[in-house]
Amino acid sequence: MEITCKINNVEKRLVFEPHERLLDVLRREGYYGVKDGCSTGDCGTCTVIVNGRAVKSCLMFAAQAKDEEITTIEGIGTDGNPHPLQQAFVETGAIQCGFCTPGMILSAKALLDKNPNPTEDEIKRAIEGNLCRCTGYVKIIEAVKLASMRMGGRRK
Amino acid sequence: MRKFKVVGKSVPKVDAFSLALGKPLFADDIELRGMLHTKILWSPHAHARIKNIDTGKAEALPGVHAVFCYKNVPRVIHTSAGQGWPEPSPYDVVMFDNKVRHVGDRVAAVAAETEEIAEKALRLIKVEYEPLPTVFDPERAMDEGAPVIHDEPDCKYLIPVFYDPKHNHCAHIDLDVGDFEQGIKEADFVIEHKFKTHHEQHCSLEPHTCVCYFDHAGRLVIRTSTQVPFHVRRIIAQCLQVPERMIRVIKPRIGGGFGGKQEVLIDDVCAMLAMRTKRPVRLVYTREEEFTSARVRHPMVMWVKTGVKKDGTITAIQLRVLSNAGAYGPHAMTVMNNTCAKALPLFHCKNIKWIADAVYTNLIPGGAYRGYGVTQAAFPMGVMMDEMSEAIGMDPVDFWKMNTIKKGETSPIFKALSETGKGVEMIVESCSLPECIAKSAEIFGWREKLEQYKNQPEGPVKYGVGMSCMVQGGTVPMIDMASAFAKMNDDGSFNLLIGATDLGTGADTVLTQIFAETLDIPVEDVIVYPSDTDITPFDKGAYASSTTYLSGMAVLKTAEKIKEQILNVAADMLGEPKEDLRIENKAVISNKSGKRVEFSQIVKRALYSKDQFQIAAIASELSRLPPQSFAAHFTEVMVDTETGQVKVLSYVAAVDCGTAVNPKLAEGQVEGAILNGISYALTEEFFFDDKGRVLNPSFGDYKIFSAPDIPKITTILVPSYEPTGPYGAKTVGEVNINGPLPAISNAIYNAVGTRLYNTPFTPERVLRAIKEKEKKGQTRRR
Repeated sequence: MEITCKINNVEKRLVFEPHERLLDVLRREGYYGVKDGCSTGDCGTCTVIVNGRAVKSCLMFAAQAKDEEITTIEGIGTDGNPHPLQQAFVETGAIQCGFCTPGMILSAKALLDKNPNPTEDEIKRAIEGNLCRCTGYVKIIEAVKLASMRMGGRRK
Repeated sequence: MRKFKVVGKSVPKVDAFSLALGKPLFADDIELRGMLHTKILWSPHAHARIKNIDTGKAEALPGVHAVFCYKNVPRVIHTSAGQGWPEPSPYDVVMFDNKVRHVGDRVAAVAAETEEIAEKALRLIKVEYEPLPTVFDPERAMDEGAPVIHDEPDCKYLIPVFYDPKHNHCAHIDLDVGDFEQGIKEADFVIEHKFKTHHEQHCSLEPHTCVCYFDHAGRLVIRTSTQVPFHVRRIIAQCLQVPERMIRVIKPRIGGGFGGKQEVLIDDVCAMLAMRTKRPVRLVYTREEEFTSARVRHPMVMWVKTGVKKDGTITAIQLRVLSNAGAYGPHAMTVMNNTCAKALPLFHCKNIKWIADAVYTNLIPGGAYRGYGVTQAAFPMGVMMDEMSEAIGMDPVDFWKMNTIKKGETSPIFKALSETGKGVEMIVESCSLPECIAKSAEIFGWREKLEQYKNQPEGPVKYGVGMSCMVQGGTVPMIDMASAFAKMNDDGSFNLLIGATDLGTGADTVLTQIFAETLDIPVEDVIVYPSDTDITPFDKGAYASSTTYLSGMAVLKTAEKIKEQILNVAADMLGEPKEDLRIENKAVISNKSGKRVEFSQIVKRALYSKDQFQIAAIASELSRLPPQSFAAHFTEVMVDTETGQVKVLSYVAAVDCGTAVNPKLAEGQVEGAILNGISYALTEEFFFDDKGRVLNPSFGDYKIFSAPDIPKITTILVPSYEPTGPYGAKTVGEVNINGPLPAISNAIYNAVGTRLYNTPFTPERVLRAIKEKEKKGQTRRR
């Protein structure tokens, strides 16, 4: 099969077998920030943003990405210019092993894009589908709050 | 206490930005030309003889490059436990056997061009099983006539310890300190209970991953998600029957370990497939395989009997332990030993009796898990402490303070037993546990809450508070060794090469800080490179709460050697005696003349100008003493007496890890361990059917906490200064996972007057306990 879609603002032509998941195709295309932690939609390490919504790419066929806009962790920041969430995750100590981090940041980004000033409960609910075994979530929640404050500040 | 420049500062993790940007840093984040993919055929039987395997059809499938089973691989009996040599675990496993011992045991493996082809090939393998009788209950495993799980003649220990596999008896040790019976006679109250703890999976978000390929010289490179790269090299050399020099093990970034990756679990098959096919080979566990075919925390049955005097003196402690090793014995003895060696030194008591057994059963094998036996023992001990304090009418806070080891004290256990056997005599050189108890009690509001909950609200929901204290000794003394190497570069920066294995804990960062502190340089000037058996010097690996303490000392000694060399060159450059010079801010300064020479000048002179040499050093550190880290935990719970649901509302932990080299990372270790512990106490549970199958091998059915489930967690670091550690540091990785089981059990009791002796505290179990209590008319409440 062959489709076109936009990945991190770049038009892409993807070729794959009909049964292939978006997760596998993205990793094959070099987006290694998309992780495979369970393949059942429970852990959230494969989270990407599709048209503004955080989705689990292990639960999506690649074919369903036709004409969609996909954002992976590689698309939101660079070494010199990290996304405020990436910056905040680094500063607050929200990253231990870092395997959940890309998915966690993208779920948080999908939240903040819609709701720049979320409550703690809204943050927790937004990352509910992203498991982390290292941090106890304490510093992750702190990081999202910090980023939201900084991003909100920028908007104002 | 000393003032530091870099130590004690929460510098960001050295790898944090790369991880935040999603860079391809993990074991599975590489593609190699011609790489084959591996799938493994698992046993559907808990115990069976394999009468025959026909792999012909699978081998004939286009795209299949190799099929392995017991018929075509060498039979090398070994242990999968990633421990030092000779391993204190039984040699009871081979790559593929003609017998399976648990559902999910290895039967065969296929390497093929795609995962799909490999899976298809698995379905073409015909296995003829002869099912054998099974035993799942550890209390039945040593019965006369119980099925013998390890009947192979070659299973053995390399070290002289008890081993009786013909009776499924994997390990046994007992220990007497003082006179237990006399202690019981002296007691005013004697309390006795049976406890049970359950299976737990590590649930590292990154599954076990291994990629094998060949270097320019045809040597095998193993890129693997491991906590123990040097043990992997040794054990794989053993399994493949090749010299260690033919193997290089690289540990990239690791997606969590928690003990699960202190196991040579998949590397043997992957490496053998690569050797046989001469192609790169990849093997990654599925999440389901993590639940059925990896390792778990050893479930234990524990019988505890204690005696206490009215004045609060604990006169006797007896702990009898029966550990369920499962189908194989990696870590079985050492985890069992820690229920005494690393758990009981916490308590003031002259008369201790400890009897421990580990038995084989036809369930998933146990292994290393954060806490490593101390978690299991801390549960009954923490509950017994609560019961004893209640029996004599003393506030548990005072009772714990009175009965726990202090600075300058020793415990007879230290000398009698270590994780591996014989212990070392030692005195606790640093301990802020009394301050930990006092501070956390105050911040938690212990006395106020205790008063408040004497009056429970009307209705089904009740509230309660509970506490517990804990210890975890770091390292295995006289066995564990770590080393570091460093060299100075033209610009005055340093390469720091460490065998230590950062699993996400921040070890690379903490060790960088220790190095930078010693040479008075910023962390940016240290280029840290870890865990590569070709390049970095040996380190026993990331386990036994040892990296900060032990690898930290190796790094500190390396930096001190480098410092000497720098001072020597500077002395010659400045024409002043070394004794008058000091190092400060990347320069050497004379205390007398005030003259100054920069690090970059010193290194350029050493490399290019006069008496040229490489400023470099290597140093090793052997653990001589196990530093003791302590913590005090307080928790507040809500119990719904109609549903049995327990919710943890708040959790306060005060922790003595010596100097926190990086407080934010230390807090992260505490928070992660606590939440893992709470999740284990309340929701995580393996379900097995009567055939020994795991019924819930997924995150959907094995519930670990996610963000909305978390209580308010407060972490307080209460420093002490450990004179044997780097800049006073001890360890912080494990100790805090030992608190939630007893603290929550005690809090549930405080809320509803029912003690929970079996874990986890699921609604079903809590409700049953409440109903039983109602039946008995038991009404005692604090």
